Amino acid sequence: MKAQSVRFKARSADAMANPVLQRNLGRFATGGLGKLRADAVAAYGSQAFEDLREAAKAIRDRSLASLDVWIAQFEQEAVRRGATVLFAETAEDARDLVLEICRRHDIRKAVKSKSMLSEEAGLNEALAEAGVQPVETDLGEYIIQLAGEAPSHIIAPAVHKSRDEVSDLFEQHHGTPRKTDIPQMTREAREALRAHFLSGDLGISGGNFLIAETGSGIIVTNEGNGRMVTTLPRVHVCITGIEKVIPTLEDLSTLLRILPRSATGQAISNYASFFTGVRGEADAEGPEHMYFVLVDGGRTNLVGTDLQDMLRCIRCGACMNHCPVYGAVGGHAYGWVYPGPMGAVLTPAYVGLEEALDLPQAATLCGACSVVCPVKIPLPDLMRTLREKQVERGLRPESERVGLRLWSWFAQHPKLYALATRIAVRVMRWHADKAGMIYWMPFASGWVGSGKAGEGRFLPAPAGKTFRELLAARRRGP
Amino acid sequence: MCADVHGTGDATLAANPLSAQPIHPMRVGLLVTCLVDMMRPNIGFAALDLLESAGCSVVVPEGQTCCGQPGWNSGDRESAKALSEKLIAEFADCPWVVAPSGSCAGMVRTHYPELFRDDPLMREKARALAGRTWELTDFLANVAKVHAVPGRFSGTLTYHDTCSGLRELGVKAQPRRLLAMLPGAKLQEMTGCETCCGFGGTFAVKFSEISTLMADQKCENIAASGADAVVLGDLGCMLNIEGRLRKRGDATRVLHIAEVLAGDTGDTGEASGAGR
Repeated sequence: MKAQSVRFKARSADAMANPVLQRNLGRFATGGLGKLRADAVAAYGSQAFEDLREAAKAIRDRSLASLDVWIAQFEQEAVRRGATVLFAETAEDARDLVLEICRRHDIRKAVKSKSMLSEEAGLNEALAEAGVQPVETDLGEYIIQLAGEAPSHIIAPAVHKSRDEVSDLFEQHHGTPRKTDIPQMTREAREALRAHFLSGDLGISGGNFLIAETGSGIIVTNEGNGRMVTTLPRVHVCITGIEKVIPTLEDLSTLLRILPRSATGQAISNYASFFTGVRGEADAEGPEHMYFVLVDGGRTNLVGTDLQDMLRCIRCGACMNHCPVYGAVGGHAYGWVYPGPMGAVLTPAYVGLEEALDLPQAATLCGACSVVCPVKIPLPDLMRTLREKQVERGLRPESERVGLRLWSWFAQHPKLYALATRIAVRVMRWHADKAGMIYWMPFASGWVGSGKAGEGRFLPAPAGKTFRELLAARRRGP
Repeated sequence: MCADVHGTGDATLAANPLSAQPIHPMRVGLLVTCLVDMMRPNIGFAALDLLESAGCSVVVPEGQTCCGQPGWNSGDRESAKALSEKLIAEFADCPWVVAPSGSCAGMVRTHYPELFRDDPLMREKARALAGRTWELTDFLANVAKVHAVPGRFSGTLTYHDTCSGLRELGVKAQPRRLLAMLPGAKLQEMTGCETCCGFGGTFAVKFSEISTLMADQKCENIAASGADAVVLGDLGCMLNIEGRLRKRGDATRVLHIAEVLAGDTGDTGEASGAGR
């Protein structure tokens, strides 16, 4: 997928000017996944949940510390059970490997369970070009595939769509009378998808985790589509990032306690589908051919750097569910596969610093993401690190650099600083109206915005004398 | 380097009835913060009065300017380092350091040690200062352990939890405990009191429209609470919320927690909202 993150400002402006999207986002923010998570944490016990976060972080850190070892063990165990393990250096390489698999097995239709890596690789477009019909079977992914859009959220890909918009899509694509009742609509989608499950000859899934101990992959889903995709077609490809390998099933059991609670507030997802090797002689179902495509896609570049913490990510989406910026602009504004705080770090890290200059800046560093992250990724710190890299690489505007340097220089010279602030507060005071508000700021026009009511704010004027002046007067006495 | 406010030192307030610890006054260095110094000096004096009424002997190190947070958050580590070294030296002989700001206290407590990852000596000094530095309400409630405050307020207040104070320092119950001591004041919580107001330092200027949308949500929640005033503990958020409320034509008062607790709420014409 080609990153559009350089257009963050324009895309976020479009998102804010779209009343339907704003209404959908508002509903998501107030009644959405964040609230469900809070209830789940309360039910689990908040201290117990903190302990669980610590344990999950430790597991991910341990996995990453010897990732090469676990990957080798995973490969050995998976191969022993009849699967083929392929490695791709880039998402494009992964795409080519999947196309090669399609050619080898004469694939006509691929049924897909949600995979963010498939988005990284732009797999659907490539499959279609190669004459393979890709069918997304996760309900949200199915909806946005019909709409010809990209996911706007990693676990709720169609969260930006209203019921009405989905009704229109179904009417148009299913050729049935328009329905607005949600259970009826999901039944209709289910019926449409059933035929695809039965006629698909390739199943493509992501992988929430890969288990080195057994050579298994696992996906957690709520709709059961994942199990269909991984068992019905004669070929199954699991495509996921190399960082998803964990050592043991014991580790998995801990992570499975925290993932659904963090993501959707569920104690457990409806399905946890394991796939281990090809169909055995005694098995009633399962694929004849099983492939794991493990993708680097920039991940090893993070190992041993000050961004390594990001590799702990288990893709629950809690960070975006709690991000006030995501809540304001939605997922598409971020312009690549991963939106929200997760994307603000992953996009520059995987696609390139220059390709996503706004993303680490478009955050108030409020910390709401890091306090809910199940593996305690210090997301604001990582965004700050990326800001530092932008400065080091000379990627910030000259005006910003000069402004900061000037401020810092004055602040290091207290006498001059005292004089400058003494003048500044008076000048600002003169520019205030009777109510004490300033409407115009030459060096920070973003603060007041344009003249429009919907933009910016006034600046409440300073009192007119600085604290240090008043304190000196107080010391001198009356 | 630490000069006493009144030049006389610690003979003050030994028998102050508001303080739980009247005998040996704690020597507190007031970290005024650059925004209080420039924009709202009365908050500095309110903090000073509160600390003194809690039985502390307050000094205001001269020459203090900015803690370096703008540089730190903008990726300019060198600027942040230079200013933090300056501040560490200025407050070196203050056994306690208190700031009327969760964001500046958070900078010193949480981030100063990170600034010196390659300089063990400075890192130790930064850690030592971090361990002595407190946000104002945290200090009053948990260190000075006050059981009364000088202010009074008649009406309903709603409290906005500012992000750094809340998430870096755990300031949540402290301001509410102190507000509960105010005669006449009733606390009415708003929806989303922990949600960022959209300030975020330079974010408000760089991403004006997103920031405004976030501030609007905050303004709506404040209005829906029906409170007479919104109270908070950080100047940046205060200017953002107040500036947006006024642009929306909303006259709800915006008060710093120090002003409210000290009884400097401008009922005699010193209103924060009205300017001066």
